[in-house]
Amino acid sequence: MKAVSVQNIKKSYKSVQALNDISFDVEQGEIYGIIGPDGAGKTSLFRILTTLLLADSGNATVDGLDIVKDYKEIRNRIGYMPGRFSLYQDLSVEENLEFFATVFNTTIQENYHLIKDIYQQIEPFKDRKAGKLSGGMKQKLALCCALIHKPAVLFLDEPTTGVDPVSRKEFWDMLKKLKEQNITILVSTPYMDEAKLCDRIALIQNGSFLDVETPQNIIKRYPEILWSVQSDDMYKLLKDLRNHSMIKTCFAFGEVHHITVNKDFSINELNKYLANSGHTGIDIHEIKPSIEDCYMLLAQNEKQ
Amino acid sequence: MNETVIHTEKLTKKFGNFTAVDNISFSVEKGEIFGFLGANGAGKTTAMRMLCGLSYPSSGKGFVAGYDISKQQEAVKKSIGYMSQKFSLYEDLKVWENIRLFGGIYGMKEKTIETKTAQTLEELGFAKERNTLVKELPLGWKQKLAFSVSIFHEPKIVFLDEPTGGVDPATRRQFWELIYQAANRGITVFVTTHYMDEAEYCNRISIMVDGKIEALDTPKNLRHRFNAKNMDEVFQQLARKAKRSDN
Repeated sequence: MKAVSVQNIKKSYKSVQALNDISFDVEQGEIYGIIGPDGAGKTSLFRILTTLLLADSGNATVDGLDIVKDYKEIRNRIGYMPGRFSLYQDLSVEENLEFFATVFNTTIQENYHLIKDIYQQIEPFKDRKAGKLSGGMKQKLALCCALIHKPAVLFLDEPTTGVDPVSRKEFWDMLKKLKEQNITILVSTPYMDEAKLCDRIALIQNGSFLDVETPQNIIKRYPEILWSVQSDDMYKLLKDLRNHSMIKTCFAFGEVHHITVNKDFSINELNKYLANSGHTGIDIHEIKPSIEDCYMLLAQNEKQ
Repeated sequence: MNETVIHTEKLTKKFGNFTAVDNISFSVEKGEIFGFLGANGAGKTTAMRMLCGLSYPSSGKGFVAGYDISKQQEAVKKSIGYMSQKFSLYEDLKVWENIRLFGGIYGMKEKTIETKTAQTLEELGFAKERNTLVKELPLGWKQKLAFSVSIFHEPKIVFLDEPTGGVDPATRRQFWELIYQAANRGITVFVTTHYMDEAEYCNRISIMVDGKIEALDTPKNLRHRFNAKNMDEVFQQLARKAKRSDN
């Protein structure tokens, strides 16, 4: 049995097509990433699968149960961490956790082993009101509350948005540990660098999946040769690169620019051209694409 | 010759006996893209509020665009622009109304606002959206427009507080190109971000840990010094030393 199975889900709001014929399967125990920018449809998809929103058409099962017919049973079997902090701000850390345990007819003790590693980090503050926690701690508490009834499938909607890099890394380490407990995790993120931490990813744009694969295979399938170019004047470099007919695409990527090139490309030629345009400190070399390069190429092809 | 547009000496802010910003001293040059990084609770926002003339230092000195941040806060505010992901534009106003409002707040002449609005919208490729309500624009467009509005009055410095969260990769790049363009024109860009790939766009970066600036250099030098592949590794090494988080 698939942990999640989705066939032809569609959803629109007035004139906006939020989800356009989405189909995919998630295996048990998999960390499955839905990756795309704000407004791509990630939250609508999560709300449909967690039985909080009805699709216009299509079917889906979660843990083998139908999202429409069996919605009550599904709610018992899943954990959901919405994008917005949704715990009770006026309850303490411990009270929040107790509340969620009670709602699901269980106790903190019964499943303490699941949350132990995470909860221990916030336990020193268990009497603090949830509203007074830092971003990283709120996130840990929310994860504990979503786990306390030992869900079969965990839905995490942008758990790392607005969180600093250290807390982000800790969060992903926690997810890896949960995976070892055989909990299936669906996680969405707008940040491409988190893709490599998932077993498989779906790249989503404007309500459609651009591709579904392991991160490694998405990178392997990148059809272009990618070059990194650098000089002492990066803004001028961007304009100069775009002006040359050898260059197919050129995008800023932090300290360097990434370019894809036409058949007539030669590295010597480009070196000469850039030097003649007054550039110093030129460095050109071939690089491996990142998920972000792949996303941009797929997104562009989709538009054409 | 280089011109210093931000300069602080032992700048400090205390709340009761908690030192949010602890003796920070640094300078930013004209036209520089300066990344201001730190974990949640490291003191970034407090420091930025002082630099924007919104909060008085407890001790130490700071100058922004030549004005004293302790004594000339109104002059500081007039010389800077500000944009954040959380707040930037009024959703219920049209595109041109937003520009008109911010231009007016900064005391620009009606005529200037008019010509410059047309020019800005043209450059952004938004001429058709002049009368669109901001809430109807896609997120990426909003962010690009918000940035253009924040530098509409030609400030010496623009402060960007996590400007690009959640924006798609292609638009994020267009956004950074606007930043390059502004810096190229001599506008200094002071930017905070949690995303380390963005830090690498900056000319120099400072990393705050527990209220202090623990490192300040070019991304390249920082990577060398910390023997790291990328800025994320540099950040992890430094920020993990933090004793406090914002709890």
